[in-house]
Amino acid sequence: MTTLKSLMLPHRIVMMALFAALVLWCAVTLRWDWIPKYAPLAVEGIWTTIWIMAVTTVLGFLLAVPLGLAQAIGPWYLSIPARSFCTVIRGTPLLLQIWLLYYGLGSLFPQFPWIRSSELWPYLRQAWPYAVLALTLSYAGYEGEVMRGAFSGVAKGQLETAKSFGMRRFTMFRRIWLPQAIRNVLPTLGGETILQLKATPLVATITVIDIYAVSSRVRSDTFIVYEPLLLLAVVYMVIAGLITLAFKRFEAQLPR
Amino acid sequence: MELILETLGLAESAKLLSLSPPGWGANLLRGLANSLKIASGAFGFGLLIGLFGAYGKLYGGPVLRDLLAIYTTVIRAVPELVLILILYYVGTDLINQASSAMGYGRVEISGIVAGIWVLGIVQGAYSIEVLRGAILAVPPGQIEAARAFGMPPLMTMWRVTIPAMMSFATPGLANLWLIATKDTALLAIVGFSELTLETRQAASSTRAYFTFFLAAGGLYLMVTLCSGVVFGWIEKWARRGQPSLREGRG
Repeated sequence: MTTLKSLMLPHRIVMMALFAALVLWCAVTLRWDWIPKYAPLAVEGIWTTIWIMAVTTVLGFLLAVPLGLAQAIGPWYLSIPARSFCTVIRGTPLLLQIWLLYYGLGSLFPQFPWIRSSELWPYLRQAWPYAVLALTLSYAGYEGEVMRGAFSGVAKGQLETAKSFGMRRFTMFRRIWLPQAIRNVLPTLGGETILQLKATPLVATITVIDIYAVSSRVRSDTFIVYEPLLLLAVVYMVIAGLITLAFKRFEAQLPR
Repeated sequence: MELILETLGLAESAKLLSLSPPGWGANLLRGLANSLKIASGAFGFGLLIGLFGAYGKLYGGPVLRDLLAIYTTVIRAVPELVLILILYYVGTDLINQASSAMGYGRVEISGIVAGIWVLGIVQGAYSIEVLRGAILAVPPGQIEAARAFGMPPLMTMWRVTIPAMMSFATPGLANLWLIATKDTALLAIVGFSELTLETRQAASSTRAYFTFFLAAGGLYLMVTLCSGVVFGWIEKWARRGQPSLREGRG
């Protein structure tokens, strides 16, 4: 933990002064006049980034629990497909997966008249459902492996105790197995969530307007290269910091 | 062979993927070769940064340590895509300024060199952490023994620390290699003709999206699975002569 005292070392004070000077130099000499014009779009973009990340982590985690369970204790006809799913997702680039879903499914769906006339068509014509699907599957693939380890890592005695109390299997899973597994992998989950945040800019390649897409628009509209990218990096670092803090607080609340 | 493809309804896909010109197979393979070149270059460059960075973080002075901490934290908190763009523009800017200062005109930078430079810096930050952990896991007695024999520091590093840490570092390095191969796909956005971009071009000009994206996915998966086997060998080799961890710890 960084305390105030450890920041007061002489070389750190010098470094902080240099950093402050750098920030000041950036603020004065670089061009920031585009900010007011693009601020509303940027807020919208940050919002898109955050909700896509939140939705896909939650959905992906819900999908990862059965995937991990199937691999940990499932019979072979469940565990083999689950393992292959995780291998394929982890073995191919996410960008390729996103493009496969968006361009592949997106070019397939219009061929079927019944899909075009269905209620879902207004959504399927947009890009975000494909982005959400791709990111959810990707998170589930990585997390399925983590959950496999977590489920098999829960101490056997605890499960046997529950069984000897006559707990039914589902109750046992809900009250003991899952909470124990989640507690054990909480630090990993935090790391994976930050990786998910870092995967979100890829959705900009299929025309979803997230914060990354906003910065590329500034770049192509005004030919200002570095300033939007620097601001973008700062935005991601702030969000990553907030996620870390949230997980730390959550971990601190759990009984050891 | 043709009959099987015909009955499976894959004749059209096979024609699209064939290696001779009407098919796009050769383009995909060329993209794959580029991807592998960039990935291995970046991995090697990253290892170099990682080795010196890990030594700096472990034995360096306070200023060097703080600088390396900033480097690893920032690189690991910012998405690769953003880093790739920033490093790409910074790199091309620097080279162009240098060449105009020396009186030459604008320089065309080859995609492969730029890709290696960009991904290598990203990989470096992750390698520092992997190698630092591995060096810490080497029993200090071994290094002290080398020092007691009067080995100079570089020789100690080459003959004792690196071989002894290999077995701890291989799993992490295997992960990094896989990340490197998959990160090359991101270079498609900056416009390097690696596998993903070649695939997209082939797919959009033939409208056979599923065929090409699935084929490219298969190629990436093949690379991943083969790498897994190779790293398995390397790990076995790195552990030669060591008791397995389970026995060793008792």
